[in-house]
Amino acid sequence: MVKIENLSKSYENGQIHALKNINLNIERGELFGLIGPDGAGKTSLFRILTSLLIPDSGNALILNYNTIKDYKEIRKITGYMPGRFSLYQDLSVEENLEFFASVFGTTIKENYYLIEDIYKQIEPFKKRLAGKLSGGMKQKLALSCALIHKPEILILDEPTTGVDAVSRKEFWEMLLKLKKQNITILVSTPYMDEAILCDRIALIKNGEILTVETPQNIINQFDKKIYNVKSQSMYKLMKDLRGFEHTHSTFLFGQFVHFIPNKIDFNTEYLEKYLLDNNHSDIFIKEIMPSIEDCFMELDQAKSD
Amino acid sequence: MNRFRAFVKKEFYHIFRDKRTMLILFGMPIMQILLFGFVITTEIKNIKIAIWDKSKDEVTQRITNKILGSSFFKLVKTIENEAEIEQAFKKGEIKEVLIFESNFSKKFNSNKSADIQIITDASDPNVANLIVNYTTAILYSFTAFENANIKMPMQIITESTMLYNAELKSVFMFVPGTMAMILMLVSAMITSIAITREKELGTMEILLVSPLKVSQIIIGKVAPYVLLSLINVLTIIFLAVTVFEMPIVGSFMLLFAVSTLFIFMALSLGILISTVTSDQQTAMMISLIALMLPTILLSGFIFPIENMPEILQWITKIIPPKYFISAIKDIMLKGSDFQHIWKDVTVLAGMTVFLLLVSIKKFKIRLE
Repeated sequence: MVKIENLSKSYENGQIHALKNINLNIERGELFGLIGPDGAGKTSLFRILTSLLIPDSGNALILNYNTIKDYKEIRKITGYMPGRFSLYQDLSVEENLEFFASVFGTTIKENYYLIEDIYKQIEPFKKRLAGKLSGGMKQKLALSCALIHKPEILILDEPTTGVDAVSRKEFWEMLLKLKKQNITILVSTPYMDEAILCDRIALIKNGEILTVETPQNIINQFDKKIYNVKSQSMYKLMKDLRGFEHTHSTFLFGQFVHFIPNKIDFNTEYLEKYLLDNNHSDIFIKEIMPSIEDCFMELDQAKSD
Repeated sequence: MNRFRAFVKKEFYHIFRDKRTMLILFGMPIMQILLFGFVITTEIKNIKIAIWDKSKDEVTQRITNKILGSSFFKLVKTIENEAEIEQAFKKGEIKEVLIFESNFSKKFNSNKSADIQIITDASDPNVANLIVNYTTAILYSFTAFENANIKMPMQIITESTMLYNAELKSVFMFVPGTMAMILMLVSAMITSIAITREKELGTMEILLVSPLKVSQIIIGKVAPYVLLSLINVLTIIFLAVTVFEMPIVGSFMLLFAVSTLFIFMALSLGILISTVTSDQQTAMMISLIALMLPTILLSGFIFPIENMPEILQWITKIIPPKYFISAIKDIMLKGSDFQHIWKDVTVLAGMTVFLLLVSIKKFKIRLE
């Protein structure tokens, strides 16, 4: 479906390398996630795929259409939702949808079945101006507009950024439903917890792809132990853990510090003793399953080493 | 076609839902034409004067009546001594003082010569000049009338006729200029803002990713403004004819056709501006400085081109409104037909084609 070969892109006369030699294959009907922090190059990659940017070198093909040469074909078969809300704020929900339907030479009626699930939720507000919608509703409308012409591939740039937790969950449920309609979906997100919902994910940072795998495989490949650690002084805990002789890596994760020891037969008693020696109290240590984020951190660190 | 219709419909929603745009589109033209017509005027009317009549006889009375009989002057004060003159000028009560010397009638009848002193407030030199000219003209006609039966030994009488705008109504000059200005404003500035707004709000990104062609985007974007600009042309002409009693001597259709051509020229300029800017603020600044100023200053609208330094005269040749103003002035006031204005029209058409080609070429089908 999508074939990306040795793709590179830089800005400001080569000063900033947004994408470095990217290779990627996405199968038809796949829900593919591009996971990475801000500035990783996700948007640049999507803009090249949607023919909005020209890469410095390399090729990107969607259904064998080249994104540079065959941009007209590409623009017919892709549904694109940019990272920023990009609908007409002074047009109502219904008017926006009608406009995008006619721009793509179709009607709301014709493809209503595709957007029904999503659109139903915002239909009660169809006379409301798009600019007056809540964040979650805006995203649902934007998705409806991107879908209205029944695209072969849906490219969604951080659709859940700035959206509340409930709406985020709903949004992903919709994507899973769309997948059943055999639409290929390429979605980017900075939220690692969303990654697990994808068929396959690519972890991307600083314009480089760290790995491409199913989320489960990425977790399975994590070959170290990992612990949730907590004490009365988190700041001191972070500092002391960095000075600990058995530390492989450690980082703050919510209300815990994730601690990864540098050997597999690590015994937590070492750590407890070390922390007690350093005047910590209320010490809590528990082994956990690694999350995608842990894997990302680990891969990222391995790369920089 | 359906796509195009949807696009134009969307554009009208934008226009009708934005109060600011509506105000510029419809409030501004009416306001400007009324302002220019009524306020900025180079005619003199109801000039306030004072008279110091030292003789108060039959002749001075007749002259006074003659002067006040015209609609140009209005007597607001009679003065009896030197000090009052200064005072009245300083207070700004009057613009001119007429002083008849004593024994005026006696001298006038015996010597055929008597003195009237004219003092004007020259803090506005143009107005002062006009006042003096008008006053002397009236006095001249008075003496000519009095001397009608007496043969002068030798006399040159000039008789001037002001063609096409016999009453020297300045509003006739301002209508073509204001029209050029408003069409520039509406067509060029508003379009450039409308297109850059899509860029700024990110909607251009979606339009580009759609199957719309560049030409479809551009035409869909500007079509509503062609229509609205034409409505503006009609409004301005309507106001000019009804409020200012301006005659339209030439063909109305020709006037309308030339205006349409100018609208297309301005739209092309607007598109061009939008291709080189990415935000509304810049588009507006460029439109104002690069379009409005030359339209006002260098098009012959307010300042005659013939009086400009040579370099500026050369620059005016590339200012499109110059040709437009010259063409429609000829149609409106002289009743010229196409044969007389074809040069202006050709230049305008050439400029339009050039600008349109450049802007389509520069219009980006991608983001960078």
